[in-house]
Amino acid sequence: MPIIETKNLTCIYGQGTPFEKTAVEDVSISIEKGEFVGVIGHTGSGKSTLIQTLNGLIRPTSGQVLLDGRDIWAEPKKIRSVRFRVGMVFQYPEYQLFEETVLKDIMFGPKNMGLSDSEARERAYEAARFTDLKEELLTKSPFELSGGEKRRAAIAGVIAMDPEVLILDEPTAGLDPRGRDVLLSQIGQYHRERGNTVLLVSHSMEDIGRTADRLLVMSGGHKQYLAPTREVFSHGEELEAMGLRVPQITKIMQELIRLGVPADPSTLTVDEAVKQLIPYFKKRGGSKNAL
Amino acid sequence: MLSDITLGQYFPARSVMHRADPRLKICLTIFSIVLIFSAGNFYSLALAVGYIILGMALSRIPLKLYLRSLKPILFIIVFTAVLNIFYGTGDPLWQWGFIKITRNGLLNSLFVSIRIITLILASSVLTFTTSPTQLTDAIERLLKPLAKLGVPVHEFAMMMTIALRFVPLLLEETDKIMSAQKARGADMESGGIVQRIKALVPVLIPLFVSAFRRAFDLATAMESRCYNGGEGRTKMKQLHFCSVDWAVIMSAMLVLGAFLALNILLPPSIVR
Repeated sequence: MPIIETKNLTCIYGQGTPFEKTAVEDVSISIEKGEFVGVIGHTGSGKSTLIQTLNGLIRPTSGQVLLDGRDIWAEPKKIRSVRFRVGMVFQYPEYQLFEETVLKDIMFGPKNMGLSDSEARERAYEAARFTDLKEELLTKSPFELSGGEKRRAAIAGVIAMDPEVLILDEPTAGLDPRGRDVLLSQIGQYHRERGNTVLLVSHSMEDIGRTADRLLVMSGGHKQYLAPTREVFSHGEELEAMGLRVPQITKIMQELIRLGVPADPSTLTVDEAVKQLIPYFKKRGGSKNAL
Repeated sequence: MLSDITLGQYFPARSVMHRADPRLKICLTIFSIVLIFSAGNFYSLALAVGYIILGMALSRIPLKLYLRSLKPILFIIVFTAVLNIFYGTGDPLWQWGFIKITRNGLLNSLFVSIRIITLILASSVLTFTTSPTQLTDAIERLLKPLAKLGVPVHEFAMMMTIALRFVPLLLEETDKIMSAQKARGADMESGGIVQRIKALVPVLIPLFVSAFRRAFDLATAMESRCYNGGEGRTKMKQLHFCSVDWAVIMSAMLVLGAFLALNILLPPSIVR
């Protein structure tokens, strides 16, 4: 049974004003428990609006959001409980830090859930461990941390609520390459250990290609694809028409196929590519004019 | 929710009011507000209100937007109106214990409400039809004589430009931070007044931090472009009076004449 579903979801901003804009139109998706889903789409494709409907921050104009098969807006007064079950990390989440210490800030979510001080503290330590925040940082003011540390502290603040579904909106934006790699592997590890459902919005096809089982592709407010990552990335040309692209290595492999090299058009990582190409070049006898 | 606040927002359109000189529009706004507040009877008040409504009609901006600009101050209007009802002097029309309502009080309350409403409407005409840059340019020009007295007019104008420029940015930022805190379960919609104020802390602190960050960034950006105040600075858009402006001045003169006549010749409607 899917953990989270949308049915014919439509969101219109500023309805009845000259600024009316349809951000999301008739989107139906279904995400299984424990899946890692990547969400990609050009700026303005409706992906941010879509993910904000999933935890009830935006109320859809029409259509439904089902969490565990139940409409989250069935009881609008209880929408807060949905937000504890569907955790959301916004873009540049470090700008939401406000408490005196990092620990207190991470405890903000759990305390809002009504947990006791000691339980919240335990959750915070656990979340700090997942995001690799050193313990001595927890007693500091969040404003003393470095950019990357702030980012991880903010993500810990959401993870500490232990949501069944974790949504991350471009968590690696603005980080250096090393910071990106570390953060992504931490998210991957969190996903594997907890078995929670993760939705990752990203503009980096490389990040998405490495982590996601399935991909949701949004374009112009519509769902274009919701399919296994490899399958989506085999539609290189269609993606480019939507202002997206495939990971660079996938593109290289697709070009090699055009040149007659036998390769998998849905190769996602450099490692996979190397495994395919080394035997091929060896067979060609290491001639300098390989291609 | 926050984007509903239209007070002080510019709406581009093509109209006489948009074309009129911003300096003139500022003077005109002050002029109409003075009229509204010095009106002693209903006839002169009606004339002043009519003049403002004419301005609204000429601005070609939907009435809905004007009404929306009144929404945030609805409470103040109702509050002062109610307060004024009970503070009238003269013979009571209705009495219950120490609470009494007089004809004078009712009239007073009506006057006050009309005044507050038209005050907002008049300034809305100005801000809806004048872009923030035009507005500050005009203020700078109007206050220029003060520069001779050592008042840093240009700096004030620049501060205003920056402040106005940052209003929408900070609103957007507030919206984002509120969403982020709501996603962590912050409860901003329920509870008593103390709880609600407390619930604002997680929004206000990040907002202040980000405002300071932006301020430092902006200062650096301005300095790296060699900004050093108003001295010797030229304007990209010079303000010129045109035929529309002369027509507007004529209309204001006519209204002033009629207003004075009505106000002096007819008896006052309220006792102050």
